Amino acid sequence: MRAMNSMHSLALSAGLFASSAFAGDAISQTTKQPINLTAIGMFFIFVLMTLAITYWAASRTKSTADFYTAGGGITGAQNGMAIAGDYMSAATLLGLTAMMYTRGIDAYIYMIAFFVGWPVILFLMAERLRNLGKFTFADITAYRLNQGKVRTMAAISSLIVVCFYLVAQMVGAGQLIKLLFGLDYGIALVVVGALMMVYVTFGGMVATTWVQIIKAGMLLFGGTTVVILAMSQFNFSFDELTTRAIDVHKLGAKLLAPGSLLADPVTAISLGLGLMFGTAGLPHILMRFFTVTDAKEARKSVLYASGIVAYFFNVVALMGLAAIIIVGQNPEFFEGGDIGGAIIGGGNMVAMHLAKAVGGDILLGFLSAVAFATILAVVSGLALAGASAISHDIYSRVIMKGKATEKAELRMSKFATIGLGIVAVLLGLAFEKMNVAFMVALAFGVAASANFPVLILSMYWKGLTTRGALAGGYLGLFSAVTLVVLSKSVWVDVFGNAAPLFPYTQPALFSMPLAFLAAIVVSNMDRSRAADAERDAFGDQYVRAQTGLGAASASSH
Amino acid sequence: MSSIAYARIRNNPQFARLVATRGRFAWFLSAIVFIVFFSFVLAVAFAPDFLAQRPFAGSNITIGILAGLFQFIVFWVLTLIYVRRANGEFDDLNKAILNAASREDA
Repeated sequence: MRAMNSMHSLALSAGLFASSAFAGDAISQTTKQPINLTAIGMFFIFVLMTLAITYWAASRTKSTADFYTAGGGITGAQNGMAIAGDYMSAATLLGLTAMMYTRGIDAYIYMIAFFVGWPVILFLMAERLRNLGKFTFADITAYRLNQGKVRTMAAISSLIVVCFYLVAQMVGAGQLIKLLFGLDYGIALVVVGALMMVYVTFGGMVATTWVQIIKAGMLLFGGTTVVILAMSQFNFSFDELTTRAIDVHKLGAKLLAPGSLLADPVTAISLGLGLMFGTAGLPHILMRFFTVTDAKEARKSVLYASGIVAYFFNVVALMGLAAIIIVGQNPEFFEGGDIGGAIIGGGNMVAMHLAKAVGGDILLGFLSAVAFATILAVVSGLALAGASAISHDIYSRVIMKGKATEKAELRMSKFATIGLGIVAVLLGLAFEKMNVAFMVALAFGVAASANFPVLILSMYWKGLTTRGALAGGYLGLFSAVTLVVLSKSVWVDVFGNAAPLFPYTQPALFSMPLAFLAAIVVSNMDRSRAADAERDAFGDQYVRAQTGLGAASASSH
Repeated sequence: MSSIAYARIRNNPQFARLVATRGRFAWFLSAIVFIVFFSFVLAVAFAPDFLAQRPFAGSNITIGILAGLFQFIVFWVLTLIYVRRANGEFDDLNKAILNAASREDA
């Protein structure tokens, strides 16, 4: 029985690693816990606060620019906090704490891989994104290329990324709420879906950004409080903490030495590339660069965001180490009081048990409410990004060819949000019992392979033509999806085959270069007259990208 | 924005200077990030024993932990350096270029 239990927890944590490897994340199956009134009460307060903000935001959401980008009036500090909020998901908190708890310093290496994309996004992309983009990243890729075709492609890949990420978040939300609040999976999904629709349809980007900012503040406050209380038990000494942790942990001294997690360099590099360039191709992250006033504020956003993320990862690392002693040595947190057996509620609960151990029911309730708020904030951002792909790219630019009135486009974006919300709830219900880790891998893979190459080439390379962009984008999309289907997370975990045909979890190392190659080769072979005009148009685009001349400006209120 | 203004900026030698200096600076910083991070990844894969060493007597801190903390700090400091220079020196130059382009319009 004991062996069974530890086998089970091992399987759980294995699933967790696969998922927490992609900042986004799928939370594995959980067991429903008793109803937690403190947590529900605190979450209720959060919801009231955010609804009040939505009410205020609704009065400021009149134009499409307000809806998609908060009128471009967000400051660098606010946007930095919101970007950090998008990045610090529930699985970052729960998954990475648990990973530190079981694997020690190896988890720290993962955190660096998550972090390293930010400086590169700043150096190579932030100012060009702000200067060229208006509402969606397709504004940039379609800037001098064929509007209809390139936008359609960008919208398709955006929607694929958004839908898979959204469903993974929904399934995670259901599992987490079952665990933390003791509510039914179905109820949880409906609550998340309904609140998300209210925030986005009424408050647009203003509400979505503020929900994210408040949540990020709560998360930082909660995490810091837990760490200070936990470290006080070790006289705030890292050496005392680690000496005691090494004594009791099964890894012993290896706890602080890199082990097997990234033993294979191909896996490590593929993961690093997937995270770095996947982040740079996620529509809901890219969209945040259009909400600030100018390139100056866009740069500041990254400075704030990366500072917050770096701080938070170090907090999480300390939480995981402290939990080894505070949670790992307390029979109260194990099934049947059996230390070393299965953790109550599964491996994901380490952070929550730590909160309870150091701060009682109040801190546990607070952190649970934060975890729920986190999911809500992330799904709202995703829904907004998906809705803008439908209403701005497909409806307004492709179907109506730019002739739609602003009112009609705004109405369409609200319908699109409601539609996406309903689809997310229904798919979330359908996938309840499935391991959804592959959806996150797919979202990052498609973002890195279909969105990123075309985006970066369109900004940096004069030679990119419509045909080249289409070839690269669609090939990247197709190869990323195919490789994920053949990888362990679908081929073995979903289809039940014995061994994967593609040995790595993240397709980016292979599908991304393929997309670049196709885009470059096809563009170079393109001798059409349209292609010549597109190459000629690069000059003006380049000046705008570099100087911001003609960039979309903040709307006044 | 008129194509003429764009063309005027393109022909301004100041613009060429801005683009070259800022671009070189951005690529230089990116190269540092790539080299440091991927050297670390390779060290994890091929030299884990080195990362497990404890450089300070009587402390549990390993080279691996230091390398991790070092990267968090250094990468953030690099973003700070870039933002300061881009928002100061480069933006001033940028403003001068834009002003010159609009002055000629008048």
